Amino acid sequence: MANPGRYYLGEGMPAPAPAIDGLDTEYWEGLKQHKLFVQHCHTCDRPQFGPEWVCHICHSFDLGWREVEGNGRIFSWERVWHPVHPALQDSCPYLVVLVELPNHENVRMVGNLLGDPMQPVEIGAEVRPVFEDHDGDDPYTLVHWELVG
Amino acid sequence: MAKRTMRGESAIIGVGETTYYKRGRSPDAEFKLVVEAILKASADAGIDPREIDGFASYSNDRNDPSRIAAALDIKDLRFSNMEWGGGGGGGSAACAHAAAAVATGLADTVVVFRGLAQGQFGRFGQGAQVPHVRGDQAYTAPYGLMSPAQSFAMRVHRLFDDHGITQDTLKACSLASYHHAQNNPRAVMYGRPLSPEDYDASRWIVEPFHLFDCCQENDGGAAMIFVSADRAKDFAKTPVYFLGGAVGSGNRAGSSSHNATDYATSNFKTVAPRMYDMAEVKPEEVDVAQVYENFTGGVVMSIIEHGLTSYEEANDFITFENLTAPNGKMPINTSGGNLAECYMHGLELNIEAVRQVRGESCNQVPDVNVSLVASGPMVTPVSDMIVGSEAVL
Repeated sequence: MANPGRYYLGEGMPAPAPAIDGLDTEYWEGLKQHKLFVQHCHTCDRPQFGPEWVCHICHSFDLGWREVEGNGRIFSWERVWHPVHPALQDSCPYLVVLVELPNHENVRMVGNLLGDPMQPVEIGAEVRPVFEDHDGDDPYTLVHWELVG
Repeated sequence: MAKRTMRGESAIIGVGETTYYKRGRSPDAEFKLVVEAILKASADAGIDPREIDGFASYSNDRNDPSRIAAALDIKDLRFSNMEWGGGGGGGSAACAHAAAAVATGLADTVVVFRGLAQGQFGRFGQGAQVPHVRGDQAYTAPYGLMSPAQSFAMRVHRLFDDHGITQDTLKACSLASYHHAQNNPRAVMYGRPLSPEDYDASRWIVEPFHLFDCCQENDGGAAMIFVSADRAKDFAKTPVYFLGGAVGSGNRAGSSSHNATDYATSNFKTVAPRMYDMAEVKPEEVDVAQVYENFTGGVVMSIIEHGLTSYEEANDFITFENLTAPNGKMPINTSGGNLAECYMHGLELNIEAVRQVRGESCNQVPDVNVSLVASGPMVTPVSDMIVGSEAVL
């Protein structure tokens, strides 16, 4: 069973850090404040995720970040049994989900589905974000998902 | 304007490989493996390796052509080429680049090669043990999505959900590769048959992939030699002609956090039609196919996206009986492939495609004239090629 520790996965996983070139600093800072941001083009008013330096729709460089409410839908999923990292030794099985945001042109995000790792997972199920704060010298926050209802 | 094509403009005259080893077991350095494979391909062709004047590889192969050229005392280096992208998606692309180079006069004798010695350089299937991840990886690795198997499993669940395709198709691909390896003394899994019961009982790596849905990791070297068609008959073996090749992927396949426009795809939907068009071949004319198995779900997608079956018929078509030589409707991976011959990053598949046209396969399909390779499903870019006999020129 998944370990009963503080986090969904074991301690010692690679920690996310903002890109060296500054592309996604606002995203990671937003998560620390429990706000989910999606990149947004000021020129064509469309969302974009993952972030890039140019809008793939209109090629504008005038991009920013906009907080989204995070109503999500499971687009696909996997149950991981084989630990590929020492920190996962006691974490398997665990669930990874790909969540799309129907209110934001179905941009997709990868996360973990909280709850029983053996639960049946249904594509199309509605989920909402859950923020998981990691402390330490370089604190960061992950966004997980839980079923609505 | 005349159609731009490489059809029939070049031929493969020599193929070679080293002994294939389990991961980390090669007694030889990776560079030595590459050189040995090139020398074996040269001997197969009956050509002095000093005549080689070009090199093409993929997946950031570590063995620099300039070093190889120096080591082999090559007289005149004219072509040194690398296809971008990780995984095995570049295998047939490297062949297409070699074909293009000899067809257009950039070089005369080009070798496609790949070398892997994981004892020297580390594995693919482990998550990176680093304190921080940035960029694309920051959106996946902290959630335990770190390995190739984990990167592609969700595509396959989406394929199942979209099209009603079942786990049995994955199983059929796995059993076919292991079956073929039992007739191939080069295969790492030679003498290690896999039964349907073994498959069912094998542990999950990540659903929907059992252990036997996943490729091996191996050590070895492989090489193929291309020349222009006008010289093709000057060498020891019957030439095998390059009919068509294509490289690429669909819209935003490389977008981060799994945001490809079309998700449940091998990335061959846009690539396969271009390859068939150049080769002037229809899917129903393909005699045998080598379909890269990083994971069997990608094989199923590749078979469908190459028009060898349809989404609707896939469950009935993708069976052990249909996928196995000599009498299956579409034998695939007749050397054992990445699952059971060797994970030579797929170049063993390109070599096997040539052997099928020559009539030299360990699992020979009768009367092969059109032989297909699909390299590296689900990565970007992917690539594919068709080679054939003189009869189809």
